[in-house]
Amino acid sequence: MKQVVKNIILVVLIIALAVLPFIIKSGAEFAGADDQAEKAISTINSNYQPWFKSVWEPPSSEVESFLFALQAALGSGIVSFYLGYKKGQKSRNEVRQHDSY
Amino acid sequence: MQRAKSILLAAVYCLSVFVIFPNNVYAMHIMEGFLPMNWAAFWMIVMLPFLIMGLRSINNTIKDSPNLKMLLAMSGAFAFVLSALKIPSVTGSSSHPTGVGLGAILFGPSAMSVLGVIILIFQAVLLAHGGLTTLGANAFSMAVVGPFVSYGIYKGLQKLGVSRGICVFFAAAVGDFMTYITTSLQLALAFPSAQGGVMASAVKFMSIFAITQIPLAISEGLLTVLVFNLLSTYSSKELLALEVFSNKKHDNEVKA
Repeated sequence: MKQVVKNIILVVLIIALAVLPFIIKSGAEFAGADDQAEKAISTINSNYQPWFKSVWEPPSSEVESFLFALQAALGSGIVSFYLGYKKGQKSRNEVRQHDSY
Repeated sequence: MQRAKSILLAAVYCLSVFVIFPNNVYAMHIMEGFLPMNWAAFWMIVMLPFLIMGLRSINNTIKDSPNLKMLLAMSGAFAFVLSALKIPSVTGSSSHPTGVGLGAILFGPSAMSVLGVIILIFQAVLLAHGGLTTLGANAFSMAVVGPFVSYGIYKGLQKLGVSRGICVFFAAAVGDFMTYITTSLQLALAFPSAQGGVMASAVKFMSIFAITQIPLAISEGLLTVLVFNLLSTYSSKELLALEVFSNKKHDNEVKA
């Protein structure tokens, strides 16, 4: 099988993995509620109080999702730049080799 | 062969979905202030030697071959993207992958300790995700256990002659999963149950942190294979320089 086909299969599988939960658990909130781990701690040790607060918290969920999106965008920008740069470099080298023959 | 592989992967995923299925669990790094001070300090100290080792390793890599800097930046960026993606899981809640497996395979585990810590600081300071007091513990799970497990599995499977895609998949997926197992154990050590002690707590925290992570670990494995495929097509020179393919057969595959 061609590399491209393999990669397309991988992409489809990854997307399926992200979509599947919505189908299986259609009623769930998919919240990242800190509650669960915090609750578990308070049932084990009801006296425990967090002794340090976050230095800064995003004032709203919009700001938070903006920052998360920014993080992903910065990262994927660099990843894509590298792959594109290398692809260009490779095809340029191939052209050069071709010319020298 | 590839089709058989895909079917196998899908089967493994479905199995893991139906075997374990709790409601509304939550899986991420340990929250700010949620480790007692002595444990927070303990993990910081444990983390230090790995950080120093990592800085040395990165220095050596860059000194030997400065043109690998860009690939190193890319590996860090890959982990940066993945740890920003909160992906829904079959348990009805969301969690995020770690993305450190790729860099660990390419640059060795301790290099990723450094990059992992940078990511964790970013998330603790700007996103109130994880925390500065829990930085040592979170760094130990995501930037030490994860990369070292990934690296060990990659090298181990490679020695056994397993094909490259499978090596990369298991390295990344198991590394991701072990990160959250470590998180559960860290919490269990700090909060042993009155009845059953550390073990009982460990089971409890694993049901929160580890199970949500299973499908995400599989996703991370697949994604890492994808990026690795692209790298071995377009950037094979760098991968050869890093001795990612120790095996002669693999070398030839790439050159061909």
